[in-house]
Amino acid sequence: MDNDLDQLAEVMIDLGMVVEDVVHTGPAWDGIVVAEILDLRPHPEADRIQLVDVDAGDGQPLQVCCGAFNMKRGDLVPLATVGTTMPGGLEIGRRKLRGEWSNGMLCSPAELELTGDADGIMILDPGLAVGRPLAEALGADGDVLFDLDIEANRPDALSVAGVARDVAARLGVPFTLPSPKFPEAEQSVDALAAVDIEAPDLCPRFGVRVLHNVTIGESPSWMAARLVAAGMRPINSIVDISNYVMLELGQPNHTYDLELVPDGRLGVRMGRDGETLVTLDDVERTITATDGVIVDAEDRPIGLAGVMGGASTEISESTTSVLLEAAVWDRMTVARTSRRLGLRSEASTRFERGVDPHGIELALDRFVELAVDICGATVASGRIVAEGNLEPPRTVRVRTDRVNSLLNLELTTSEIADLLDPIGFTTRPVRMNGSETDPTPALADALDVIIPTWRPDSAIEVDVIEEIGRHHGYDKSGRRVPTPTQVGRLSPTQIARRRIRRALLGDGFSEAMPLPFLAPDDLANCGLEPNGLTLSNPLVAEESVLRTSLLPGLLKAVVRNQSHRNGPVRLYELGRVYEPADAELPHEHEMVAACASGFGPGRPSNGGSEAASTAAYAAVRSLYRLGAELGLRGLTISNQERPGLHPTRAATVRFRGQVIGEVGEIDPRVLDRYDIDGRVAWLQLELAPLVEVVNTPARYKQISLYPSSDIDLAFVTPDDVPATAVATTLSKTGGPLLQSVELFDVFRSPQLGRNQRSLAYRLRFQAPDRTLTDEDVAELRQSCIDAVASAHGAELR
Amino acid sequence: MIDQITRQADEAAAAVESAATLADLQQVESDQLGRSAPLTLSKRQLGSIPVENRKEAGRALNEARRRVESMLEDRRRTLADAERASRLVAERLDLTEVPPAVEAGHAHIVTQAWEELEDVFVGMGYEVAEGPEVETDWHNFDALNIPAGHPARDEFDTIYVNHGKAGSTLLRTHTSPVQIRAMQQSEPPIYIVAPGRVFRRDTADATHMPVFHQIEGLVIDKGISLADLAGTIEVFTERYFGPGFSSRLRPNHFPFTEPSAEFDIQRPDGSWLELGGCGMVHPDVLRAGGVNPEQWSGFAFGFGIDRLALMKFGVDDLRELFTNDVRFLRQF
Repeated sequence: MDNDLDQLAEVMIDLGMVVEDVVHTGPAWDGIVVAEILDLRPHPEADRIQLVDVDAGDGQPLQVCCGAFNMKRGDLVPLATVGTTMPGGLEIGRRKLRGEWSNGMLCSPAELELTGDADGIMILDPGLAVGRPLAEALGADGDVLFDLDIEANRPDALSVAGVARDVAARLGVPFTLPSPKFPEAEQSVDALAAVDIEAPDLCPRFGVRVLHNVTIGESPSWMAARLVAAGMRPINSIVDISNYVMLELGQPNHTYDLELVPDGRLGVRMGRDGETLVTLDDVERTITATDGVIVDAEDRPIGLAGVMGGASTEISESTTSVLLEAAVWDRMTVARTSRRLGLRSEASTRFERGVDPHGIELALDRFVELAVDICGATVASGRIVAEGNLEPPRTVRVRTDRVNSLLNLELTTSEIADLLDPIGFTTRPVRMNGSETDPTPALADALDVIIPTWRPDSAIEVDVIEEIGRHHGYDKSGRRVPTPTQVGRLSPTQIARRRIRRALLGDGFSEAMPLPFLAPDDLANCGLEPNGLTLSNPLVAEESVLRTSLLPGLLKAVVRNQSHRNGPVRLYELGRVYEPADAELPHEHEMVAACASGFGPGRPSNGGSEAASTAAYAAVRSLYRLGAELGLRGLTISNQERPGLHPTRAATVRFRGQVIGEVGEIDPRVLDRYDIDGRVAWLQLELAPLVEVVNTPARYKQISLYPSSDIDLAFVTPDDVPATAVATTLSKTGGPLLQSVELFDVFRSPQLGRNQRSLAYRLRFQAPDRTLTDEDVAELRQSCIDAVASAHGAELR
Repeated sequence: MIDQITRQADEAAAAVESAATLADLQQVESDQLGRSAPLTLSKRQLGSIPVENRKEAGRALNEARRRVESMLEDRRRTLADAERASRLVAERLDLTEVPPAVEAGHAHIVTQAWEELEDVFVGMGYEVAEGPEVETDWHNFDALNIPAGHPARDEFDTIYVNHGKAGSTLLRTHTSPVQIRAMQQSEPPIYIVAPGRVFRRDTADATHMPVFHQIEGLVIDKGISLADLAGTIEVFTERYFGPGFSSRLRPNHFPFTEPSAEFDIQRPDGSWLELGGCGMVHPDVLRAGGVNPEQWSGFAFGFGIDRLALMKFGVDDLRELFTNDVRFLRQF
C-alpha cells in the first residue's frame, strides 16, 4: 500500500504537482468505536452530568459519565475507550466523577475534529455495526490525503476531478466525471427564476437551478469527514454540498434563499461607485465601478461577483427553497475586487486563475443530486444558463517537428495525439503544406489542437508542447550538454573585482555586505549631500533611501561591531551606489570602499614609521598597497576636503589625472553622530576607471647591467607643500635616468622652524648603457636641488 | 730526527686538544702547521740529513703532518658542534608565544559561493553577464511575459523607486532581466550566467531578506532542447556539488519559460533539495529580446546563491549574512 502511495506521489510530482504531504486520516481515531446507548440516568451527585450505559460491542453495559444530553436510548455514538489519545491530544483514562466511574468518553464532532460543534455528542447513522472502529465504520479509515501545491497555471487541478484526469492520463486508466442522476419535478425552472447578464464581459456564463423542500441539517459523516480532510469546516448540509461540489469539480457555486430573491430574478452588472453590500461575513462593503455585482430584481446588489455572496439572501436553517448559482467571472475583475477588499476566498482564488465556463451544467447537476439525496430536495426541471461574451475554444497548430526538436524526442504525430487526447486536448491531424485538409494520420506532420476550456493557461504551440512533455515525462527527453563555440571567461570588470578583493583581503580587510537601503537622515548624518533616490513603497522608513556612497553602510557595520565589543575592525565593501540622473534609469555605478576603526586622534610627526597608528595615514598606505597590487602606475593623491571626511585629513585620489575616489579619515563630527569611538580610516574608489589598467599586462623594461648611484636629499619644506609635490618635482627633474624616488624620512624640530619639516628623499639613478660618472650624478643632484628650491621654496638641509 | 718529529707531532697534538674555541684552534693550526711551525721547519731540514735517513724521516714527517691535520679536523668539528649547541640554547624561542590572532581579511561567504559558481560556468564555456540593480518595469516584467495586471506580478513583492514615471522603475526582483539585456546586446548564440543582487519587499527572517542574490543562466542557440537544459543542470550539479550528486527536472510554471520545470538536487544520501526554476525560454521572451523564436531556441535557469552559501558552511539564519559582524565574517 505505502509503496503504491509512493508511486502515486511520484506520478503527481512528475506531472508538476508538488506533493507537500501525504497524510493518513484514519489513525487519529485509534481507540474510538461505535457504541450504542443502552440506558441514560441522572448522576446522583451532579446536575450537569448524566450517567450513560453503552454497549461497546461486547453486549455488556459500560458506564460512562457524559455532560451532553442530546442523545437517546438506541442512538449510535462514538466512544473513546479507556487508553485512547484523542485527536486533540487528550488521553482518556478510567476515572471517577463525583463518585461514579466513567469508562471512556462519548465524543462530540469537535472532539473528533470533524466540526466546530462542541455542544452535543455526535449521533451516528443508524445501522452501523456496534463495536467497529469509528474510522472504519465511517469509511474514513485508510483515507490518504495528498496535500498538493498547484501552480498558478493549473486552475483545473484545484479540484479532485482535475487531478484525477491528469493522473489517469499518465497511468493509462480510464477517467470519468460523475454523471448525476435525479428525478426532476414537473415545474420548469423558467417559471421560478430568471437571469439577465447586463455586463457580458464580466460574465461569460451564468447558470441556475431551483430546489424545493430542502431540509437543512447536518451533513452525513462521510461528507463531513472529507471536507475536514480537505481543510474545510462542515457547517450545514447545503453549505457543505456547495463546498463539496467545488472541491470535487472545481466550480465554485452559490446558494440563495429563493424566498429572499424577488421573483427569483438575478442580474449581473458592473458595480456603481458608492453602492454598498453586506457580505456573508456581515461586513458592509463599499462597491466601486470596477467590481462585478449580482443584483436582484430591484437592481440592488446581493453579491460580489466571484468573491462573496450577500447576507440578505443567505440561506438559513429555515430555508426550504434554494436558488442555486454556478457562474464564471472575468479573471481580472475578480482579482481586482478580491485584492481591493483584501478578501480572498476559495471561490475567488479559482475564479482569478480561471474556471471552466463549460463546467457549470455538471456542477449544478451534481449539487442537485447530492441535495436530493441528503436534504430530501425536489428540483424544478431544467437549468437556466445565460451567456455573456464567451470566448470560443482556441485551436492551436502544433508541428510535430517542433515538438520533437524542443523536447529532443522522436514522437510520431499520432503518438503526440495519444498523449493529448486523454487530458482533453482534442486533436486533428493536418499537413503543414496544406495539401490535404484531412490526411491519414500517418501522413500528418502537425495537429490542430482544440484547447480544453478548463485550461485557460494554454494558448500557443509551446503551451501544448509543455503538455506533451509533461505527460510523456520530462526525463524521456534525455540529457545532452550543448557546447558553446565561445571560450568561457570573466569580463575585465569581473577580473578587476577579484583582483581588488584579493588585494584588500591581503591587507586584512574582511568583506562586509551592508544593505543598500538608508534611513532618510543617514546621508546628511554622514556629511553627504542628501540626494539619494527614495523608494516608493519601503518596508520601513529606516530603509527608504538608496545609498549614494558606501560610507553610511560601512559606518553602521563599525557601530555594530563596536556595540558587540569586537575590537577594531577592518572592513571593505564592493558594491553599487545609485544617484539620480536625467535618464531612463538612475546612475548606478560600482565602488569599492575600505574602512578601519580604532585609531587614536594623535598627529604623528611623520607619515613614515608612525603611519600605522594614524587613521588617515593608514588609509593612504592601504591605498598605495592596493595600487601596487593592481599595478596602478600613475596613482596620485592631493590634500583636499571631501564630504564626510576630516576636513584637514582628506585627499582626493586621482588615477592618470582622473578623480577616482577619496582617502583619509572620517570626519569626527560624523563619528560623533554614530557614537563611534576612536578614529576611522577611509578609502573609497570608483571601480570602472580601474578596470582597464588591471587587465593590461605590465610592459617589460630592460634591467640595466650597469651599477646604480643613490643620492639622498633632505629639504626643509613648508607644511603646506605636499610631500608628493616635492617628489613629483624630483621625478620630473631626474629625467629618464631616475629609477626611483623614495621619501625615507620626515623630521620636525624647533630648529627647523614653525610649520616646516624636513623631507628626506632617496633618488636612485641608473643608465641602461653605461656606468654613471661622478660628474653625471653631481649634475643631476644640483638640478634636483635647484628645481625643488624654485618650485617649492624648499632649501636643502 | 725521527725523535724530533715525533716530539713535535706530540706537542702539536697536545696544542690541538687544548684549543677551547674555534678561534684558538685557528691559532693552533697556524702555529703547528704554518710557515714557521716546528714541523714545517723540520721539513726544511730534510735536505741536510744523510741520504740514507732521508727517506725514513720524510715518511715520518708526512705521517706526523697527516696526524695533526686529522686531529685538527676532528677538533674543529667538535668545537663547531659545541659552539652551535650553545648558540642554539642562547637563541631558544618559544614559538607558541606568538598570538594566533592574525588580522587577515575574510571574503564574504556569499562572494565565495558566487565566485565558485562563476568558475563552474566559465569552465563550461559561459560568459558572466551583468545588468543594473535598479531596473525598468519593462525589463523586469513585461519583457519576461508578465504584463501589467498579471497576477504573477503580485508574487514578486516589488520595491519601486521614485524615478521617472510612477511605477516605471524598480529594484529588480530577479536576475532574469539580464536575459533580456543579453539578448538585446548580442546576437545568438548566447551562453551566459548572470549572478546578481535582487530585491523583494520581504521582512527579514531566517529565510527571507529584502536583499539577496541569484544566479541566472541563459543559453540561446540553434536546436536547443529540453535535453540540453537537463544535461546542463546535471553537469553543473556534478561540478558544483561534487560526485554522488544528481539532478532531476519536474514540471512547474513560470511566465517566462515554456515548458517550465523546477530542478531538484539529490544528495548522495538520497534526499532531495529544491534548488531553482528553469525551462525553455518562452517565445514571447525571445521576441522581447529581439530573437526570432522560429530560428533560435534556448533555455534559462535561476537559483539563489545565499542559500548555497548557508548550506555549505552550516549557517542556519539568512540574516547572519548581512550583520557584518566580524565574529561571523572571520569564521570563513
